[in-house]
Amino acid sequence: MSNPKKKADSPWNRLVNGLFKENPTFVLMLGMCPTLAVTTSAMNGLGMGLATTAVLMMSNLIISLLRKVIPNRVRIPAFIVIIATFVTVVQFLMEAYLPDINAALGIYIPLIVVNCIILGRAEAYAYSNPPIPSFFDGLGMGLGFSFALTCIGAVRELLGAGKIFDTMVLPKSYVPINIFVLAPGAFFVLAALTALQNYIRIRLKKAGKADKAAKIQSGCNEDCMNCKEEGCSKRFYDTKKDAKTDAKTDAKAKPEAEKKEEKKGGEEK
Amino acid sequence: MTSMKDLLILLISSSLVSNVVLSQFLGLCPFLGVSKKVKTASSMGVAVIFVITLASAVAGVIYKFLLVPLHIEYLQTIVFILVIAALVQFVEMFLKKTSPALYEALGVYLPLITTNCAVLGVALTNVQKEYGILTGIVNGFGTAVGFTVAIIILAGIREKTQYNDVPESFKGMPMVLLTAGLMAIAFCGFSGLL
Repeated sequence: MSNPKKKADSPWNRLVNGLFKENPTFVLMLGMCPTLAVTTSAMNGLGMGLATTAVLMMSNLIISLLRKVIPNRVRIPAFIVIIATFVTVVQFLMEAYLPDINAALGIYIPLIVVNCIILGRAEAYAYSNPPIPSFFDGLGMGLGFSFALTCIGAVRELLGAGKIFDTMVLPKSYVPINIFVLAPGAFFVLAALTALQNYIRIRLKKAGKADKAAKIQSGCNEDCMNCKEEGCSKRFYDTKKDAKTDAKTDAKAKPEAEKKEEKKGGEEK
Repeated sequence: MTSMKDLLILLISSSLVSNVVLSQFLGLCPFLGVSKKVKTASSMGVAVIFVITLASAVAGVIYKFLLVPLHIEYLQTIVFILVIAALVQFVEMFLKKTSPALYEALGVYLPLITTNCAVLGVALTNVQKEYGILTGIVNGFGTAVGFTVAIIILAGIREKTQYNDVPESFKGMPMVLLTAGLMAIAFCGFSGLL
């Protein structure tokens, strides 16, 4: 686990870090499922982003507060319970106050639980840092995610329907490229985005800024054993470190721990 | 009761028409990550079929006989994710004991499936659409088959195009995404099927 420098933990720095330096979508390429699924319009992207931000802030805060209580071995189930609790809260809030967006996002709201940004931040930051920086880390990451989703949504809406935030921007003579609001368009937009990332990375490497280039990731390939990406926040796959020693005990400890955590999750509500 | 015909239609619609990866974007990570070779892709596919079918059955039973009678339906997200995580662990342990050969084949992929949002997605869809347990299982199975079909096709294409000369910026993930996009267009053709 990387130990960030003291200065990097100030609220402002965490905010900027999430928004730009380590933008979860553009730089780290985390949480791709919702990114592709809900960005059919800028509004949907923004809604999803803000819902995720709310969950991320609260889960980071609580996990950071409980970081000394949660045993290392059962941390993943514990994180998941905490995250799922807040997702449920957000889901009900949205159902009550923003029914339109809730209907548009549908199943992707409860699926925030498995969004790797949240678990990734819990593991990479909140579990080893004090509450206030963790809270702002969540806020920054969440806003970065919202920003990225809104941008992608706006591009798709503009190309696919000629609108941004539901207002007609392009002249009426523009023939919308319908495919961009459909599923294939999402893949094409993301392909262009990753190509751009690769381009920047290649340029940085050529300019001799290899350390900066290493930060830019081109999407997780889930194959952590052979993964060459450095500084990945999906550490829970870090099988090299503790899997071998922990695997056996972990398997036994998990179901029991989950029962306990389930109760805990209920109380936290 | 749902008739045989309805179940068949559901099977086709969940596997092909609204393909889980190509039109719903669930389970994208393994789809992009474990599709380098047809062999690994098919193992992943089999593991996913196994887990999703089992998970939708277990989640359906728990929802109907535990959450509904206790009026705690709102806990579904929390309960489902824990059930899936525990289930995957359990399946892993079970396979290790009973069928080492199968464990060898699927073992690596099982833990990865916990974070595969398709599993949770299916369980939640089943509840949202008020499917019964049997319908839910068929939906889960169909979805998983759709995932397997898609990942094997993608792996096949990737094997063929591996040594193609593409612009340097497009090497790796961007090419895979473009391929997936073209596949998604092809799968749009299935929408006329039903």
